[in-house]
Amino acid sequence: MLTVKALKRLHLSVSLELADGECIALQGPSGVGKSLLLRAIADLDPNEGSVELDGMLRETTPAPVWRKQVTYVAAEPGWWADAVQEHFTAWDKANELLERLRLPADCGKWPVQRLSTGEKQRLGLVRALLLRSRVLLLDEPTSALDAASTASVEAVVAERVSAGTSVIWSTHNSAQARRIGSRLLVMASDGHVEEHTL
Amino acid sequence: MTYIQLSYGDLVVPALLVVMNGALSLALHLKLERQLAVASARMVVQLVLVGYVLTFLFAAVSPFWTALAAAIMVLFASREIVARQKRRLQGFWSYGLGAGCTLLAAGTVTMFSLLGQLRPEPWYHPRYALPLLGMILGNTMTGVSLGLDVLTNGVMRERAAIEACLALGGTRYQALLPVIRDALRSGFMPTINSMAAIGLVSLPGMMTGQILAGVEPVDAVKYQLLIVFLIAGGTGLGTLAAVIGGGRLLTDHRHRLRLDRLIVETER
Repeated sequence: MLTVKALKRLHLSVSLELADGECIALQGPSGVGKSLLLRAIADLDPNEGSVELDGMLRETTPAPVWRKQVTYVAAEPGWWADAVQEHFTAWDKANELLERLRLPADCGKWPVQRLSTGEKQRLGLVRALLLRSRVLLLDEPTSALDAASTASVEAVVAERVSAGTSVIWSTHNSAQARRIGSRLLVMASDGHVEEHTL
Repeated sequence: MTYIQLSYGDLVVPALLVVMNGALSLALHLKLERQLAVASARMVVQLVLVGYVLTFLFAAVSPFWTALAAAIMVLFASREIVARQKRRLQGFWSYGLGAGCTLLAAGTVTMFSLLGQLRPEPWYHPRYALPLLGMILGNTMTGVSLGLDVLTNGVMRERAAIEACLALGGTRYQALLPVIRDALRSGFMPTINSMAAIGLVSLPGMMTGQILAGVEPVDAVKYQLLIVFLIAGGTGLGTLAAVIGGGRLLTDHRHRLRLDRLIVETER
């Protein structure tokens, strides 16, 4: 259970509860602050308010440990080394996910520049999925993907959700929100979120 | 020791060479004459003043005046470091980091040689302490400002990569390591390059000066070697401290990248 109470960051002011095995679809116009909210929950930006995982305040654990449990996945993931596999602690464990997300099996040795935007987006997701985090904060994880790859990402994440992982998934696509979400939160320009029915 | 003394009169004819440059600039419309005039005038005034200040300091041999002169040198060095940054840290640390690191590195290395190899009597004799500090300071300053410049530009450019590493549970040191490596490399590079070229391409100014003053070339070489070793040590220490310190200031205790602590120097 992830509990967010009076989280404040710039104009945002959000409280929400996310149960285990629940997927919240997060919608709202561009620039309204969806990414800011997800980043704040992962403690990537200075913010106020309390965020707890199973009643444990995030300040009681070191930030790197918190982020391994509550993991933010950016829409455009960053790369710090030359080869793809250098970004993975255990590249050999990625095989199954690569196949399911329709990624080439031999892309580990590729230089990052060789990847297309969509491949980068899916590899960024694989990298995060391998952490087996309790909570995934997915920031438009299929924005650069075609329909088939989008379906594969939705299937992989749905499987994690049914295994107990909690997810907040921001998307601009209402149909996707209905497909993947068990609840729908809509963010308004005043920085508050409102629960809508799916 | 014998050397040929110069009078101010001896300098009039060589100064005409600079005037010639000015005439050239006027004739070819290079528009450098103003800058040239200001720079030459500054140089003359600054050097003559330094000559008199050093004469006073050497006569006084006072720990207080020597320390004050050293402090002023460090202040000018840190001002220069800040002026060379495109992006600088907010508030106190914009000056504090550069000044602290150059003072720490150049001070340590200068003391090391004063107490270890040169051993003048007294150890703080300004005739040894100030020229040594000046040479080490100049080079350390270059290393520190290059290192910090590469660091601050690097974190801006590599923001996505750094935050990706942080989001996956990396510590701030793991996330910054690629940028820190680049910054340290750029900070050390000028020293390494100058060591490789020394003696072949360039005759170092201090060694030339000693030779002109009548010191045996081999003795002057020993002095120069000492200085280069000290410069390498000071630059290494100062750059390391500044880059690691800068990395700490650009992140926080919750391992967040804090680019809000950088301000971009706007064009003046």
